[in-house]
Amino acid sequence: MPVSKKDVEHIAELAKLSFEESEIESFTGDLNEILSYVEKLNELNTDNVEPLSYPIPGQNVFRDDISTPSASTQEALKNAPDKDESFFKVPKVINMD
Amino acid sequence: MNSKYEAVIGLEVHAQLLTETKLFCGCSTKFGNPPNTNVCPICLGHPGVLPVLNKKAVEYAVLMGLATNCRINEKSVFARKNYFYPDLPKGYQISQYDLPVCEAGHIDVDLSDGSTKRLGITRIHLEEDAGKSIHDQAFETLVDVNRCGVPLIEIVSEPDMRSAEEAYQYLSKIKQIVQYLSICDGNMEEGSLRCDANISVRLKGETKLGTKTEIKNMNSFKNVEKALNYEIERQIELIEDGGKVIQETLLWNADLNIASPMRGKEEAHDYRYFPEPDLMPVIVSNDWVKEISENLPELPEARKQRFTSEYKLPTYDADILTSSRDLADYYEEVAKVTADYKSASNWIMGDILKVVNETKTSIKDFSIKPVQLGKLINLINNNTISGKIAKDVFPFMLKEGKDPEVIVKEKNLVQITDSSAIESAIQKILNNNPNEVEQYLSGKEKVFGFLVGQVMRETKGKANPKAVNDILKESLEAKRK
Ligand SMILES: [Zn+2]
Repeated sequence: MPVSKKDVEHIAELAKLSFEESEIESFTGDLNEILSYVEKLNELNTDNVEPLSYPIPGQNVFRDDISTPSASTQEALKNAPDKDESFFKVPKVINMD
Repeated sequence: MNSKYEAVIGLEVHAQLLTETKLFCGCSTKFGNPPNTNVCPICLGHPGVLPVLNKKAVEYAVLMGLATNCRINEKSVFARKNYFYPDLPKGYQISQYDLPVCEAGHIDVDLSDGSTKRLGITRIHLEEDAGKSIHDQAFETLVDVNRCGVPLIEIVSEPDMRSAEEAYQYLSKIKQIVQYLSICDGNMEEGSLRCDANISVRLKGETKLGTKTEIKNMNSFKNVEKALNYEIERQIELIEDGGKVIQETLLWNADLNIASPMRGKEEAHDYRYFPEPDLMPVIVSNDWVKEISENLPELPEARKQRFTSEYKLPTYDADILTSSRDLADYYEEVAKVTADYKSASNWIMGDILKVVNETKTSIKDFSIKPVQLGKLINLINNNTISGKIAKDVFPFMLKEGKDPEVIVKEKNLVQITDSSAIESAIQKILNNNPNEVEQYLSGKEKVFGFLVGQVMRETKGKANPKAVNDILKESLEAKRK
């Protein structure tokens, strides 16, 4: 199997998700099933095909470097679970000592 | 460095671009605004918003690519770099991965042994900056999102540097170029220019690379050189003692002058890059590149060459005067007023840079304007004042910001070139110093200098020194008869 239980645990850790042991087992099975389904694409010869980053053709549009009004600090902080008058507050990231 | 070994160094330099607005939204990039005021739903990472790319940021990246001999990719692609950190509200940074704007360039740096070395640039890509976390609180971390989304270019070098000096010169050159292009202010202390280094060491002659470490947090040019030398020595000692370098990230501590491993069990770099679905590929057409290249200013190297040919300056002078664009501009403004190019160079490299460095002002804001310095030099050259008096006028110009001729008039410093005035001063001195005159006439010509000094004192330094010399000699010789 290409995806191991350890891989799933690693991906969960990166995504900051925690799962029951049984869930990890079932995700491992699911992910492998999905990957083996998609695996079918590898049967195609793509030697002369350019990698596709986007499913639709087109190119970027630009914006001129002209400033537009920003939100107020109150508005910006409105949805924050924790804040003071001007900052977002988050659980301590680094211990300064 | 132990002479058996050589270091292999590559640098990643981040330069904050001097655009008005952020990379993907119209919020201001202004530094120093109150926290969380330059923010909007896009840079706050609210759901459902879409980034729109700032054209100027792409132009700046292309300018840098052109100035460093890069290939400009017609098509480049933005990618998501995924990681969680509170100052990155989206949970990913929009950057570029396998298709950056610029690739495969180089710059040439001058080394202290007089040689020139070509150093490769792997790539230059565009990305957005993160916000700022404030860690010094007791219970929580505070986050300011103002800087989040400010455009950066990351300039990645080849591992071509073999010593801390080469790395220092490379970084200085990058700073000089971004400043010449006016795309970044190049201030390492304020963080608008940042540098991370990858370092390994190996025995000379070895072609395989050793295990590398990464050093971060070197926030001044001096620290970069110190940190690199520290880490090179540490790795060599470790290997000499039979140990092995382990791949890790180190933080430079400028207070203790050591680099220590970053703490915390960060997941090994696993950014899971993938193409940014919210932004289509960026097309930089040949026509656009041509248009941008027309805005390419004269670069440091070319300007230095021109200073030696056009103003006939020694390489040493040209090197210093073109070290920054502002200084070179200042010099050229002076050179428009006076044709005495070498004196202009001497004044700037001496008196002016001394004050600029002591007061930590920028040459742009210097109180003596280039025109005024040019006029001062002209006043010396047309014999209105002596060089010595000019040195007295200079501090007044500095303090009062007035034109030199105004100060000369106000302080009554105009040089006495009128020979009758000089003659009468000389007569007075000769009458007052009969012993010295006697000594001179008996062959002790050394006292001549003393007498000149007395005359200059009598005229408060305003007499034309050459006229004093000539007339004094004449008068003394006349006494022999
Ligand atoms: Zn914004």
